[in-house]
Amino acid sequence: MLDLEFMRLAFAAGAVVGLLAPAVGFFLVQRQLSLIGDGIGHVAFAGVAAGYLLGISPVVTALIASIGGATAIEWLRARKHTAGDQALALVFYTGIAGGVVLISMAGALNVNLFGFLFGSILTTTRTDLALVAALGFGGLATIALLYRAFAGVALDEEGARVSGVPVAFLNVVLAVLAATTVAVSMRIVGILLIAALMVLPVIAATRVARSMRSTLLLGMAIGLGSVLGGLTVAYYADLPPGGTIVLLAAATFVVASGVSALRR
Amino acid sequence: MPVAVELRDVSFAYNGGRPVLEHVSLSVETGEFVAIAGPNGGGKTTLMRLALGLERPAAGEAFLFGEPATRFSGRSTLGYLAQRSQLGVDAPATVREVVAAGRLASGGLLGPLRRRDRAIVAEAIERVGLADSSDLPVRTLSGGQQQRAFIAKALAAEPSLLVLDEPTTGVDVEAQDALADLLDRLHRELAVTVLYVSHEFGAVERFVERLVLVRGGIVFDGPPKDLPGFWHDPSHIHA
Repeated sequence: MLDLEFMRLAFAAGAVVGLLAPAVGFFLVQRQLSLIGDGIGHVAFAGVAAGYLLGISPVVTALIASIGGATAIEWLRARKHTAGDQALALVFYTGIAGGVVLISMAGALNVNLFGFLFGSILTTTRTDLALVAALGFGGLATIALLYRAFAGVALDEEGARVSGVPVAFLNVVLAVLAATTVAVSMRIVGILLIAALMVLPVIAATRVARSMRSTLLLGMAIGLGSVLGGLTVAYYADLPPGGTIVLLAAATFVVASGVSALRR
Repeated sequence: MPVAVELRDVSFAYNGGRPVLEHVSLSVETGEFVAIAGPNGGGKTTLMRLALGLERPAAGEAFLFGEPATRFSGRSTLGYLAQRSQLGVDAPATVREVVAAGRLASGGLLGPLRRRDRAIVAEAIERVGLADSSDLPVRTLSGGQQQRAFIAKALAAEPSLLVLDEPTTGVDVEAQDALADLLDRLHRELAVTVLYVSHEFGAVERFVERLVLVRGGIVFDGPPKDLPGFWHDPSHIHA
């Protein structure tokens, strides 16, 4: 399997995605924003469509659209004129509608598009890997640097605001990290399933871990294991990689829940 | 010593609606322990938010330690216990991780905590009597212990002003009394100014120096013993 270049590229990019998605998802889950990845994914779809229409890399246009969408969700949420779920719904449906219109204009309703929607190990190129690695390690380094700040805001946002912590800035950074994760992960897991890889490993880890730090690290380990295991199973069983990866992550949640129940 | 909290003829309404507070003036001296009580919807939380500079008055002025509250330069020394529904009590955090979050503003946002900050966190945990539970997940503790953990988080800021918003909500009567005793002890040991905001004040009535009742404005301000009997809170054992 690893003597095939496209599999080596998929494994390398998948490893980055497997670590990054749960690391970002961890803070979203703690702040009860688990569905934000889904909302950003729908905007990323519009970005991919714009890439086809403009004839430039869909990953780059998806990244730009995702950051715009994530920032819009955070802006609407922070102003409190729009409830969190309404802000998500607004961005969610605008993104998918924009994507459908743009993709129709570009005449790109084809197999390549399905690769972005559901993931395809065949579509990862060396250029993609370079972009995924640069953005992925940048994202992980940002999380390592701002871990305490993100954790503090997740535990007590109002308290952080009272004590002068730049909560709005940190929320925007987290939204941009979520957008980046969606953009770099769509080749591997697919736009429609990336949110699952951000959330499922974290809620599985939450069942058994006993601190924030161990939950984060275990979530990243489950994410990495799900991606590498899912790619392997998908290759040998000729299954779609995105769905296989997410089903493995879901299976981990079932196992973790069982372990948690046995402990009681 | 400047006055810790000062509101001068403050009025406030949300989004241009009906006034929540009208012509409120309040002065809290440094080192005082003041309970701010009143019915739900009476404006006590709004008063607290104005005092902390989280809201801008429609009229009048709010000051913290002599500075305009919205531009207060010493925010890292404000200890705040938010309402229970806003706290991450279900997060997979240990007591130590929760309390360490209290050093965020003064210990810096980037990288791990320094040794001095870790010592302050350990001392805050010790003060609230949770030293033996430092490494336990907060979600496995009782409601009263969870509140203690978040009070320790507020103490970790080495606060000049400690503000507690409905600290006894969701806590049984015995734990309410224990929390009140803890606050009394912390107030005496640390000489910190305390604003205790709650719809009921029974738990702290025994030792609080001053009670402020808020109902669209301040309807009583004085020692609890001077409070007319019909205003005493019937929901608490000490009422």
